[in-house]
Amino acid sequence: MFEAVLLTVITAATPLLIAAIGELVVERSGVLNLGVEGMMIMGAVMGFAVANLTGSGALGIFAAILAGVAMSALFGFLVLNLVANQVATGLALTILGIGFSGLIGEAFIGVPGLKLPQIVIPGLSDIPFFGPVFFRQDAIVYISFALVAAVAYTLFKTRVGLILRAVGDNHGSAHALGYSVIRIRFMAVLFGGACSGLAGAYLSLAYTPQWVENMTAGRGWIALALVVFSSWLPLRVIVGAYLFGAVNVLNLHAQAMEMDIPSQFLSSLPYLATILVLVLISANRRLTLVNTPACLGKSFVPDR
Amino acid sequence: MDARALTKRFGDILANDRVDLVINKGEIHALLGENGAGKSTLVKMFYGSLEPDGGEILWQGNRVKIDNPATARELGIGMVFQHFSLFEALTVVENIALALPNPGRMADLAKRIEAVSKDYGLPLTPTDVVADLPVGIRQRIEIVRCLLQEPRLIIMDEPTSVLTPQEADRLFLTLQRLAKEGCAVLYISHRLEEVKRICHHATILRHGQVVRECDPTKETPASLASMMVGADVAAVSASEKKANLGGVRLGLKNLSAPAATPFATALNKISLDLRAGEVVAIAGVAGNGQGELFDAISGERPVRSFMIEIDGTACGTKSITWRRRQNAAFVPEERLGHGAVPGMLLSQNVVLTRHATSDGLSWGGLVSLPKAVSIQERIKRDFDVRMSHDNPEARSLSGGNLQKFVVGRELDRKPGLLVVDQPTWGVDAGAAALIRQALIDLARSGSAVLAISQDLDEIFEIADRIAVISRGYLSEAEPAEKMTRERVGLLMAGGAETQGDVA
Repeated sequence: MFEAVLLTVITAATPLLIAAIGELVVERSGVLNLGVEGMMIMGAVMGFAVANLTGSGALGIFAAILAGVAMSALFGFLVLNLVANQVATGLALTILGIGFSGLIGEAFIGVPGLKLPQIVIPGLSDIPFFGPVFFRQDAIVYISFALVAAVAYTLFKTRVGLILRAVGDNHGSAHALGYSVIRIRFMAVLFGGACSGLAGAYLSLAYTPQWVENMTAGRGWIALALVVFSSWLPLRVIVGAYLFGAVNVLNLHAQAMEMDIPSQFLSSLPYLATILVLVLISANRRLTLVNTPACLGKSFVPDR
Repeated sequence: MDARALTKRFGDILANDRVDLVINKGEIHALLGENGAGKSTLVKMFYGSLEPDGGEILWQGNRVKIDNPATARELGIGMVFQHFSLFEALTVVENIALALPNPGRMADLAKRIEAVSKDYGLPLTPTDVVADLPVGIRQRIEIVRCLLQEPRLIIMDEPTSVLTPQEADRLFLTLQRLAKEGCAVLYISHRLEEVKRICHHATILRHGQVVRECDPTKETPASLASMMVGADVAAVSASEKKANLGGVRLGLKNLSAPAATPFATALNKISLDLRAGEVVAIAGVAGNGQGELFDAISGERPVRSFMIEIDGTACGTKSITWRRRQNAAFVPEERLGHGAVPGMLLSQNVVLTRHATSDGLSWGGLVSLPKAVSIQERIKRDFDVRMSHDNPEARSLSGGNLQKFVVGRELDRKPGLLVVDQPTWGVDAGAAALIRQALIDLARSGSAVLAISQDLDEIFEIADRIAVISRGYLSEAEPAEKMTRERVGLLMAGGAETQGDVA
């Protein structure tokens, strides 16, 4: 029983984890992309459509990533090159993604989907309890952990990461030192788009292998909340994603067992947790100010 | 370095018009000029942040194109910025690594930083996070960052504006040592005393053109100033007549307030009696609680009621408007954004600070715009605010003119109490003299003036009494004629604190 619950928690947490780690990189570079939901759902529909037409899960994942990148490129062009307002553009991206995915997905409603195969890791998967839970997963779950590790290492141990954090902390100084703020931010935005697309693919190819309109159901927003919840630290994103994933699963089980907790309350828990974290953060600002990208959401125009 | 006929255009404005400048090896070369004379534009072209529209730059005899700061650094040109180009959330070593082309391993770099910084008498701890460091140390980081690039030319943009006199002295020693080692220094400053003291050569810019070159050691600060402005600068007269002291207008009683953010300063038991008829100046290095003190006095940040008295009424919790109705006026440090709304007309900005006072600008919630326009015109006339057309948006004014406007807006009310933070910050010599004279005249006419400033020349020019703020402690205000620069410097460097503790 517990094993089964844990398995569902992993499936609930993985899309949150992937989308959040991508958005974390974007925000570390100083850009706030509120379009995660829109990029995710475009990834979900494109992933499903291509996997369905070609019969290849890998091609589906690839198409989903491309869809996310394309959406984020549009966002990047608007907010970085044309200096549009980031909040408004991000919201528009979400609305666009939800609408456009519905249009594309029209033909795929009710079509049986393709489920990504489990990749059994020999040896490790025979460990009692842990083996079946952690080492009989599909490719995207493994990728999600690899992504977090790679992002954490890159951000804090490499020069690229240092430059990215510098751009997010003070774009004026970074520009004065000769770094191309716009280019670096564009790369980060594209990475975020790729992650969101991948997260979307997980929903339509692994979580519930079918296409349902609006199937992201607010997960993009939870991913955004997660970034704040983790105070922009990659390893904490894992904690947050699994916590929020668990709440999600608890919600389903509570309904199934007809417990006396209103499901609306449980769905609001991730957001309540985020508000709580924000309150705690403002109590200890010394630490957070060092991790919060100071230029988050601010437009940059070089004085040339 | 040899720059020939450098030209830079911003729209219709020629920021630099065929500027020629030669900087020799081992020379400390001063670049002087009023605000907006084109100094920053010029050095940005040297450092590759801006591209010239015309002219050429020769570096060690060869023609070079500096299109990027990285190129400049490769050539051996380093720059210490006026507004530091540091990343607060990063550590010292990370900040320095960002400016080096091949920083190598962080641990090795940290060792090099320690060695070089100690060698030049500017010790640094590589693992400190910049956000925790005071401005003096931050500047060291910038300088050490330059030194690690083994530069042939260091450009310094107003390096001493944030330093105590003692810290500045240490900086001068470093600069002189660098010059002796053959490094050239291009030194931008408003402080003519310093220029005279350490620079070998000076180039003076006015309206984007080179107007003079001279040897500053053979000039006086006054003659340098008149070259910059192009006219004699009227000396401020503190009118020999001693101030006629009246009653206490502003009383601070053990004013204390905790720091609002981790990077802010707490105020510690600040006490001061400001009388009608006098100018009291508060000296101190930036970031020692001046902003917090100003906010408490103006009412932007409420404190306990008894801590502040205006004309004998306790008002620590009262609003800004209430205080303005008591005939008090406030001019904050940041003129654009805090002192004036950039996108609003000057007349509308007049309404913003004077809507509640006895100017009759507002009645029953309606605003009389014609009255605001006429007040705006009066300010323009009395304070010589220059503008391209009538009643423009605040942002279109140059820094000095906007400062004249925001100070003039309050002086025009003839307030009984004026509190002004950095009255002439970033303002050219001519405008500064006008503002200082206006402050003195206001005090002589029976008002109380509290001026918070980092400029010691200014303080000694205008103040009847001087107090020093350091880390949120205020020293006792002492008569200006008994104060010396050395004493003020010691108080700035922490003496005010110990004195405050004893008191």
